[in-house]
Amino acid sequence: MTLSSLRQQLLAGQTTSAAILSGLAGEIAARDGRTGAYLSHDLESAMAEAENVDLSLPLGGIPIAIKDNINVLGQPCTCGSRFLAENYRSPYDATVIRKLRAAGAIPFGRMNLDEFAMGSSTENSALQTTRNPHDPERIPGGSSGGPAAAVADFTAIAALGSDTGGSIRQPASHCGVVGLKPSYGRVSRYGLVAFASSLDQVGPLTRSVEDAARILQVIAGLDPLDSTSLEAPVPDYLSGLNDGVKGLRLGLPKEYFGEGIAPGVRRQVEAAVQALAAQGAEVVDISLPHTEYAVATYYVIAPAEASSNLSRFDGIRYGQRAANPADIPDLYKRSREIGFGPEVKRRIILGTYVLSSGYYDAYYSRAQKVRSLIRRDFEAAFTRVDAILSPVAPSPARKLGGASIDPLDEYLSDIFTLAPNLAGICAISVPCGVSAFDGAAALPVGLQILAPHLGEAMLLRIARAAESHE
Amino acid sequence: MSQPHIDVRYVANLARLELSDEEIATFQPQLDAILGHVETLSQLDVDGIEASAHAVPVFGRMRADEPHTSLPLSAVLQNAPDQSQGQIRVPKVVADA
Repeated sequence: MTLSSLRQQLLAGQTTSAAILSGLAGEIAARDGRTGAYLSHDLESAMAEAENVDLSLPLGGIPIAIKDNINVLGQPCTCGSRFLAENYRSPYDATVIRKLRAAGAIPFGRMNLDEFAMGSSTENSALQTTRNPHDPERIPGGSSGGPAAAVADFTAIAALGSDTGGSIRQPASHCGVVGLKPSYGRVSRYGLVAFASSLDQVGPLTRSVEDAARILQVIAGLDPLDSTSLEAPVPDYLSGLNDGVKGLRLGLPKEYFGEGIAPGVRRQVEAAVQALAAQGAEVVDISLPHTEYAVATYYVIAPAEASSNLSRFDGIRYGQRAANPADIPDLYKRSREIGFGPEVKRRIILGTYVLSSGYYDAYYSRAQKVRSLIRRDFEAAFTRVDAILSPVAPSPARKLGGASIDPLDEYLSDIFTLAPNLAGICAISVPCGVSAFDGAAALPVGLQILAPHLGEAMLLRIARAAESHE
Repeated sequence: MSQPHIDVRYVANLARLELSDEEIATFQPQLDAILGHVETLSQLDVDGIEASAHAVPVFGRMRADEPHTSLPLSAVLQNAPDQSQGQIRVPKVVADA
């Protein structure tokens, strides 16, 4: 059941918001013990909101699950971290939550994630393991693994996640749902716990492209509380959704179809490309020559920004504080020692190093320049094509591996999703069938579509055409 | 550039992060491997290329200079680990004279 079809039922009087919520609570009780997508949920307060909901609003009566790094007034916001696991309650609503409420939606559920959104498997959550609903021995992807798994497991109708280098698209691909990363500046981040501020965006994970468009319509737009949000008018994302792809030019970057892609992923993505061609799109070969530098660039810039952003977690104003500190530096160091998990510590050290005196030019300054080259690659490509097609991830979901996974290997698997964040363009993952992989019979595969900055209407239109084939 | 090497204990101290000997032993080869990959950036000629701090050139835009309500003190203090008399309490910062 999609958000859009539930809205029709609500308007026709065939169901109620309270009935939807109690239905979800039943699904969660039945299956989430295995999947582990929810860190917590508060049915009582959601039910109270459902009583007063205005069904005439765009998302009236629809519960939406929220990644646990987005603040919702009065609810926990653990970020999957021991640092915030106890005694933290959000003192305010994030702007995206305020906008969802104004559109009649009900925030319901706090969804698991890699700690502070750092990871691609949700295994870096300090609080809980989330499993892929398609195979419980496998990761759901990450860092928005909880939101993706719940939408795929029918324990949530739709969810909000955050995407810094693929954290919406890759779990959407691994779980077989739609995941949209809006353009940089399209959606306010006020109230999203910051990871890498030049890359972070909030976006929806849904069961259909239309659902993603409906949520983007509500959360997009200027916010005085986020100086990076843009004044550009928000177009109608629904009116052109079914316009099809006839006459559009779609680019296949040769760097995204090279070696290292699982055969089943290649087959499914190529089939999706052919289906779009059969609907009248012109498919052309293109090149994004600096693709091979995206991982190195990202893993300088993102940790650098993270090391700065996470300095606010010092044990003073909120969260974990070490007992009996000798002095202030001791309080900082030991609070952070017990509060942060290994991946967060690695990235703080890496980020501090690349920003430190003597290394800044060699690493951070150079990475920012390469970032310009990566952005120019896309600008040049979009003079020739309307959108770009690629796999989301080189392979379907791997098995749960815990601490045995090498960090650099994991970073390299993000190769196809990082560059769009560095370039600030919009991107979406759309399911494109299933593939056998590593002993599993049928795991979801995602098609990634990339469109120019603020090109979400075009992006969603192509995604809708790809989805109708699938 | 030669094979990069991070002095993990020194950098962790800069980041106000206490680490155990085991953590340092684990992180050292991992971080050196990551930096080794980052070295690929040195293959590129970036002379004359502008640095992109952001993907979109919007800088320092101010919002309207209008007063608005802030969070009440109780909301700000509700998450403080230690508090007294409407303020957050921390260990002594200034040494005795």
